[in-house]
Amino acid sequence: MPVVENAAGNRVWMRRTTGQSMLRWFGWLLGVAVFVWCWNRISDSTTWFFVWDAPRIAGDILTRATPPRWSYIDELWLPIWDTLNIATLGTILALIMAVPVAFLAARNTTPSARFVRPIALLIIVSTRSINSLIWALLLIAIIGPGIFAGILAIAIRSIGFCAKLLYEAIEEIDHTQVEAISATGASRWQVMAYGIVPQILPAFAGISVFRWDINIRESTVLGLVGAGGIGLQLSGSLNTLAWPQVSLILIVILFAVIVSEWVSAKVRSAII
Amino acid sequence: MLRLEKLVKTYRTGDQALKSVDMEVPKGQVLALIGPSGAGKSTLIRCINRLVEPSSGKVWLGDTELTHLGAGALRRERRRMGMIFQEYALVERLTVMENVLSGRLGYVGFWRSFARRFPQSDVDEAFRLLDRVGLLAMADKRADELSGGQRQRVGICRALIQNPALLLVDEPTASLDPKTSRQIMRLICELCAERGLAAIINIHDVALAQMFVSRVIGLRFGAIEFDGPPTALTPDVLTRIYGEEDWQATIQKVDDEDAPAEVVA
Repeated sequence: MPVVENAAGNRVWMRRTTGQSMLRWFGWLLGVAVFVWCWNRISDSTTWFFVWDAPRIAGDILTRATPPRWSYIDELWLPIWDTLNIATLGTILALIMAVPVAFLAARNTTPSARFVRPIALLIIVSTRSINSLIWALLLIAIIGPGIFAGILAIAIRSIGFCAKLLYEAIEEIDHTQVEAISATGASRWQVMAYGIVPQILPAFAGISVFRWDINIRESTVLGLVGAGGIGLQLSGSLNTLAWPQVSLILIVILFAVIVSEWVSAKVRSAII
Repeated sequence: MLRLEKLVKTYRTGDQALKSVDMEVPKGQVLALIGPSGAGKSTLIRCINRLVEPSSGKVWLGDTELTHLGAGALRRERRRMGMIFQEYALVERLTVMENVLSGRLGYVGFWRSFARRFPQSDVDEAFRLLDRVGLLAMADKRADELSGGQRQRVGICRALIQNPALLLVDEPTASLDPKTSRQIMRLICELCAERGLAAIINIHDVALAQMFVSRVIGLRFGAIEFDGPPTALTPDVLTRIYGEEDWQATIQKVDDEDAPAEVVA
């Protein structure tokens, strides 16, 4: 009750009552106390020698890593091309599977809110909750190492992400446009093609390039577990302490990510 | 032509939107449905083409009873009922032409409509209608580039290209300025007269309704409170429909506004 009457009978407005202010003050106090306690615990279990030593080690690695071994680039063209393909094909595959899942999960298009929708939501949650590296490990065990395992890992990991964003877009469409198309006597599929699809197309395109952009980063590390792409060279170079090669690989990855960011920004601004 | 028998709609929340409505609309008659917000006007016209499922009662369109039809048969009957919406309900990201042609979806198969390969006769008719409402030059524009009045004209074309026997019109002028409102109402009434269409027009603006239609039905709490010619709308009747208010001004205003209306025409 922020509006109170004082002794003189004038009405006074305060943001909070005294009780509320006290409560918030104690809340902050508690927060700070917990922070300080955690800080102590972490500090106690840290070997500070290594931390103080870190700048020297980092500097050492930096000097070893420069200059990058530029000639090594000849061996990177194929892996980076593989990486791009893993990301692109994985995203396309994910979208093909995500679109039906999204329509089944959206409250306004699902054929059955009680039976089908929970299954669709389960697919979304389960594919999203497992990291693509773990998917890659599983798939390598099943179908063997290589690019195909990488593509599938990226695809499965992306289904949930794409389907979730897409079904939220479907739920937010303007229902009267759908009504108008139904009122003309259009069939269920025609209502979808004319009433729903045009409304979600910008979201769909945005989601696709966004996920593609993310997948390029993710596919650069898939090689660490043997699922193809530039990560394989990265782990090889790290294991043999070939720092000049590592730095070159990092530069190449950085460059690929910048290019993908640029492309997705262009595409998104073109749609919206 | 259209006959409603004891039409009842009770929403799942328990709200009774329509309480046993009986009414008959002969061929070619344009009638206005007035009444306060929440009186069931929108529900009534949506129950006719079953965008809202009526709870009980019958709807006869010609010789066909609509409330018991299966999905396929309902779609075929919906082709005979064009609908015009308050917020136009155009598919914003499609072109004007695509929006008009979407009125033919009930006649065209999925793949043809998906590929936008409509029969030439439909395309000719679309051009004719766009020409009639003065939007021929806009055919290739996207719907969201148009002004409100232009969008409603496209909405009218979409309803008419169905070649319907009946127009269901839900608050056609509620989002338009007074001048455009009159133009749209005039256009709807003219087109109905040209084609011998019956129309049910939900409308808030009593004065505007009186200007254009030949019959007015007043709805209150889901029941018909008044049914008669627009001239019979006395302050007394309006009080029965809407509740106590000084109606003399509203009705007076109708007479005053008649003069500028002629100028607009």
